[in-house]
Amino acid sequence: MTDTPLSLIRNFSIIAHIDHGKSTLADRLIQACGALTAREMTNQVLDNMELERERGITIKAQTVRLTYPAKDGKTYVLNLMDTPGHVDFAYEVSRSLAACEGSLLVVDASQGVEAQTLANVYQAIDAHHEIVPVLNKVDLPAAEPERVRAQIEEVIGIPADDAVQISAKTGLNIEGVLEALVTRLPPPVGDDTRPLQALLVDSWYDPYLGVIILVRVKEGRLKRGMRIRMMSNGAVYNVDQVGVFAPRMVPVEDLGPGEMGYINAAIKTVADCNVGDTLTDDRRPAETALEGFKPSIPVVWCGLYPVDADDFEKLRDSLSKLRLNDASFHYEAETSAALGFGFRCGFLGLLHLEIIQERLSREFNLDLIATAPSVVYRLYRTNGEMEELHNPADMPDGSVIERIEEPWIVATIMVPDEYLGAVLTLCSERRGIQKDLTYVGNRAMAVYRLPLNEVVFDFYDRLKSVSRGYASFDYQMDGYEESDLVRISILVNLEPVDALSFIAHRSAAESRGRSICAKLKELIPRQLFKIAIQAAIGSRVIARETIGAMSKDVTAKCYGGDISRKRKLLEKQKEGKKRMRQFGKVEIPQSAFLAALKMDH
Amino acid sequence: MQSDVQIPANGGAPLALYVHWPFCLAKCPYCDFNSHVRDAIPQARFAAALRRELAHEAARLTADGPRRLGSIFFGGGTPSLMAPETVASLITDARSLFATAPDLEITLEANPTSVEIGRLRAFRDAGINRVSLGIQSLDDKALHLLGRQHSAGQAIAALETARALFDRISFDLIYARPDQSPAAWRAELNQALVLVSDHLSLYQLTIEPGTRFEGLHRQGLLVLPDEEAGALMYEETATVAATHGLAAYEVSNYARPGAESRHNLTYWRYDDYLGIGPGAHGRMTLADGLHATRRHRAPEPWAERVERTGSGLMQDDILTSRDRAREMLLMGLRLTEGVPEARFARRTGMPMTEALDPVILAAALEEGYLVRDQAPGGTILRATNAGRLRLEALLGALVL
Repeated sequence: MTDTPLSLIRNFSIIAHIDHGKSTLADRLIQACGALTAREMTNQVLDNMELERERGITIKAQTVRLTYPAKDGKTYVLNLMDTPGHVDFAYEVSRSLAACEGSLLVVDASQGVEAQTLANVYQAIDAHHEIVPVLNKVDLPAAEPERVRAQIEEVIGIPADDAVQISAKTGLNIEGVLEALVTRLPPPVGDDTRPLQALLVDSWYDPYLGVIILVRVKEGRLKRGMRIRMMSNGAVYNVDQVGVFAPRMVPVEDLGPGEMGYINAAIKTVADCNVGDTLTDDRRPAETALEGFKPSIPVVWCGLYPVDADDFEKLRDSLSKLRLNDASFHYEAETSAALGFGFRCGFLGLLHLEIIQERLSREFNLDLIATAPSVVYRLYRTNGEMEELHNPADMPDGSVIERIEEPWIVATIMVPDEYLGAVLTLCSERRGIQKDLTYVGNRAMAVYRLPLNEVVFDFYDRLKSVSRGYASFDYQMDGYEESDLVRISILVNLEPVDALSFIAHRSAAESRGRSICAKLKELIPRQLFKIAIQAAIGSRVIARETIGAMSKDVTAKCYGGDISRKRKLLEKQKEGKKRMRQFGKVEIPQSAFLAALKMDH
Repeated sequence: MQSDVQIPANGGAPLALYVHWPFCLAKCPYCDFNSHVRDAIPQARFAAALRRELAHEAARLTADGPRRLGSIFFGGGTPSLMAPETVASLITDARSLFATAPDLEITLEANPTSVEIGRLRAFRDAGINRVSLGIQSLDDKALHLLGRQHSAGQAIAALETARALFDRISFDLIYARPDQSPAAWRAELNQALVLVSDHLSLYQLTIEPGTRFEGLHRQGLLVLPDEEAGALMYEETATVAATHGLAAYEVSNYARPGAESRHNLTYWRYDDYLGIGPGAHGRMTLADGLHATRRHRAPEPWAERVERTGSGLMQDDILTSRDRAREMLLMGLRLTEGVPEARFARRTGMPMTEALDPVILAAALEEGYLVRDQAPGGTILRATNAGRLRLEALLGALVL
């Protein structure tokens, strides 16, 4: 089963926008090849994490090995590589794509091309993939296959005459897809006599087996019992098991060039398995590693705090468990005067942040609060040192800063014409620079350069609301640029509330400072003494609100001689103070800060 | 004499005696006091039980020497439902068990229904020399809302009757009622001040847990004036009362100078008081410390306990220095006169500075919520009008 000649192997991935039917098509292909009986099929076999299934997105790469008896009389091995479907995982996507020779580009025949599709398809083109366009949902009354075919040619610039027209839902023309894979995609190349070079595509933690590594063998053979070496760090492991996903795990003796499969080598944590690394034979190592390896670097950071301080240890345990399976996410303990003990966490992007946060609350039952997300700034000190800065609290005094650079992105936004004006306004409000604006039918495609800083600050929500949910958005990192950035501190009775400080462009500082002050004024209940809320850059106040003192709080009656009751009420009041944060003479309920932070997202 | 500072000094103030009569004709929807409605009130049984408990407790209190009694207060419930003979025998008992001041103040709470008012003369003959009438409002619609059994006309007639019988009369009004505007309250208060002799209790309506009003309030069927309107009415109440010569001497109590309720001052000044009857509380200085006592709340089980053991005592704790400090501040800052620091230190065993958060104290002095007066006997800490208006929040932050 592993001695399949290269000419009979096809490795492919599927590129599609959310909801355009990627997982349904994958299910149909699995079914058509008889890998699973109808009874064994649960919907969307590939998306096996609850969260993935719910959001219709893939976080971890997965593969399925299928056998297909083609019309030419030969039986082919088809390896489907399911890639993470979001830009936050752009690097992971690029490694998954590097494991294949071609892609199916699935486009909803009634919706057309979306921004996310574009970014992924360009990555596939960069990976030298042969791309087979597939028009899905052609059975729907709203389907316009001709229009969408033209759109693919116009926008993406690849021929779409031979686009395969299917309905993944009804199973229409699945055969056509399988034939196109066999006839149109090139077979992999490789030499099984050369030293082993296998691409580490992904890894995850299995509670029974330990770390499982997903690999694509490029050169040589990967055998059970072999001592393998990770070329990025020189770590050496014994391969206990080699296998393929069919789609269940099936052990095999070895994997030859062009094959995809998994290994299990008594590795403790996924942190030791870097996506994009090259595995080689320790006894007969390859001279060079495969191209394109990059260590994963968090792009967005935020503080995560338990709402209930008693949950701190539980949060620590939960983070370490998540990290077992997701080495791209980083965390370190931090303390906030306003929020107590928590962690500073780094993510590949906003979606990644949201997924981790949701898993913590769902799988670990933690009630969490997140501080405003921050990007990673590059801070150059006057003494010439450069440091990366992702926590506003760490920003030094202005006098030692020579300059600060912030990360930019290139964003592609597709939106129906009627909402274009609002979207363009939003982009320019966020310091966006228009690079391109083209029309595809009645949809506009705007390409903007934007500071990432402006995108992490409620950009998605605003985009959704100004386009009534019709805009689609995708981005790629696009380098660093010097910028006029300031740290805005929020002060309560002249004392800074660390959890609320943030870094922003000077032009946005005042309005954002004002909106946080106004929000806090609404959220903080009136107290014995008046409360001054200020936003400040250094010592300069840029916004101010005052919460007046409460006008009355007295119990009319004194309960006769029942003083014990009054005393117990006082004791209870003192107990309640544990959830308060003292700012000089006033105490602010922690819940007010939590609410202010929640409103940010 | 031992020099044990742990024993709180009583300060030599006369003892106050509180007698709780737990029965009412009907339960008012705002009231969370220990009151109960019975088809027939077991008068004889409760009279005997009260007398027995009084004798029992007096013996305990006077074990180390005689105590001087300064006031008796019959509260409830509705003590005007007591048989006047019961009141008479309890007063006689008290006079024989304690040394009494010549001007012993003996107050009875009474409702202005015709039945109860018909017995005022008998109560006077029993020894009562001060009545406190539960008038609550001079508006019939409001009286209906408050679940009262009398009309405004009956209330005014009751005051006339009482005036002919007693030198010292007080009555209660409840304001900041649902739908009551500050103007309507001003009018009602002016009407009441014409009728007043020398003392008045003016309570803002509060929603207490477990009452019928609480249920209605939760459902949104009972809406009270907001914080601003409540504050306005409170401030105006003091102003209007002052123009009639009545000074606010406590958060909700107003009197001509010298006409203050001596009995209630005992609670607020944190002096000793003996409470008997169902649910009554007491603070009593004994050889081993200041005791906080509570009697069984339910009338019949209380009586049973008294019949069996002589006392309905349910709880009897010796208060720590911290407890005493908290209680004395909670009560004392309700009074316009404030808390003398020397008396505080004697009663609690700690200097006042140890009982207060210094940051809040400084801020409250600066804000004008508190003042420190230098009097001949030493420094007095007192809450200003502005401070008393926000007293719960102030105490919550200030008292350690």
